[in-house]
Amino acid sequence: MEAIKTVSLTKRYSDVLAVDSLNLSVEQGELFALLGVNGAGKTTTIKMLSGLTMPTEGDAFLNGKSVISEPDEVKRLIAVSPQETAVAPGLSVKENLELMAGVHGLSRAGRDEKVRDLSERLGLEKVMNKKAGKLSGGWQRRLSIGMALVSEPQILFLDEPTLGLDVIARSDLWDLIRTLKGKITVILTTHYMEEAEALSDRVAIMKDGKMLTCATVDEIKEKTGANTLEAAFIRIVKGETK
Amino acid sequence: MKMLTLAQRNVREILRDPLNLAFGLGFPVVLLLLLSAIQANVPVSLFEIDSLTPGVTVFGLSFMTLFSATILSKDRGSSLLQRLYTTPLSGRDYIFAYTLPILPISVAQCVICYLLALLLGLKPTVNILFAVLLILPVSLLFIGLGLLCGSLFTDKQVGGICGALLTNLTAWLSGTWFDLNLVGGVFKKIAYLLPFVHDVEMERAALSGRFSEILPHLWCVLAYAVLVLTSAVFCFLRQMKKQ
Repeated sequence: MEAIKTVSLTKRYSDVLAVDSLNLSVEQGELFALLGVNGAGKTTTIKMLSGLTMPTEGDAFLNGKSVISEPDEVKRLIAVSPQETAVAPGLSVKENLELMAGVHGLSRAGRDEKVRDLSERLGLEKVMNKKAGKLSGGWQRRLSIGMALVSEPQILFLDEPTLGLDVIARSDLWDLIRTLKGKITVILTTHYMEEAEALSDRVAIMKDGKMLTCATVDEIKEKTGANTLEAAFIRIVKGETK
Repeated sequence: MKMLTLAQRNVREILRDPLNLAFGLGFPVVLLLLLSAIQANVPVSLFEIDSLTPGVTVFGLSFMTLFSATILSKDRGSSLLQRLYTTPLSGRDYIFAYTLPILPISVAQCVICYLLALLLGLKPTVNILFAVLLILPVSLLFIGLGLLCGSLFTDKQVGGICGALLTNLTAWLSGTWFDLNLVGGVFKKIAYLLPFVHDVEMERAALSGRFSEILPHLWCVLAYAVLVLTSAVFCFLRQMKKQ
């Protein structure tokens, strides 16, 4: 069953066409990566899919709910971990998780249980009482994903989740993201080709707001005759494919 | 409940920042102590406690603008607000959550100033309670200014606009530190077109029991508070939609 379906999804900012008639389909439980150079339209696509910005034309359906006519229903299905870590710096890790549980309307008991569960699942126990603003980038990203998981979303948007992290922190976060595969639908944007290759079921490559290709990593490599996703990406974006 | 969770978080963020405590609560206290010490050593009436205290309580509120604007602009900059926009919180929840928590902090600041003023020789009368009560509409005006600036500017710009410009405007155009009649002319006219001097004169009238003088200033304060809060809500909701 389709978790996400976009129909000619378009976003125009005055004279800039940020996303141009995007048609894509993502299956439930799939980990789908959106790749593209800066300004390709990845973040704008995520913003439209998560109801943060309205499409200029077209529509998107998340588990059958329209982002235009049923935005509140869509909000109940999704969670976003934005490009920036988006944590409350003066609150502890535990308080950040409680904040998200509270704004989602969980009871005191439900909140405590959710925080306990997430701290175990994400390995946050040893930093629970530390202020989020004092954590390393890796821990802040981990917390950011934890905050997104509080509402038990059916669809999770991860906007460049490992941006600026060192190799070890990135590897740890990949392990965490892998645990989500198959359980919820994950849409991931990234600049790191090895990340998309390691994690994704399918990849879409965008340029200037248009989707150039959408397939599995192996299919893309085969289509371009490249050995790596990075080489394939460069060929596709530069228009060097046959 | 959802709104209160965000409001509680905002209180924690503000009160856990030692700079906020130093400027928001410490600075007005230092001003009262310092200017009272000066008054005790000069033969003319410059900073009499019954005239100085209402001015300091209003001046102290300019820091509430800074708190309100800083927390909002930082939440916009860090994308925390973007994350929250995908939750069931409504536009009204955000407005209340960024406005209401600062009201008790404003009142606490005012009460601390009056308690200190009592120690410094202010006559204890029931009028102090009226002055504290009337700080509420003034607080709404200053918090609204913060919400407006926080919706429009980055946290660095907020530092300059609210931290430097607004505190100076409040200081110079409120008649707290000197009688505006001493300058007169255009300066005085501009001062009376703005709300700050009305805030201070309303507080002074309440404290001294000149109740008939409160209303004209109160109308002006309320008009500015409504105008600023309406503009702030409009700008906040606009930037929320622009996400």
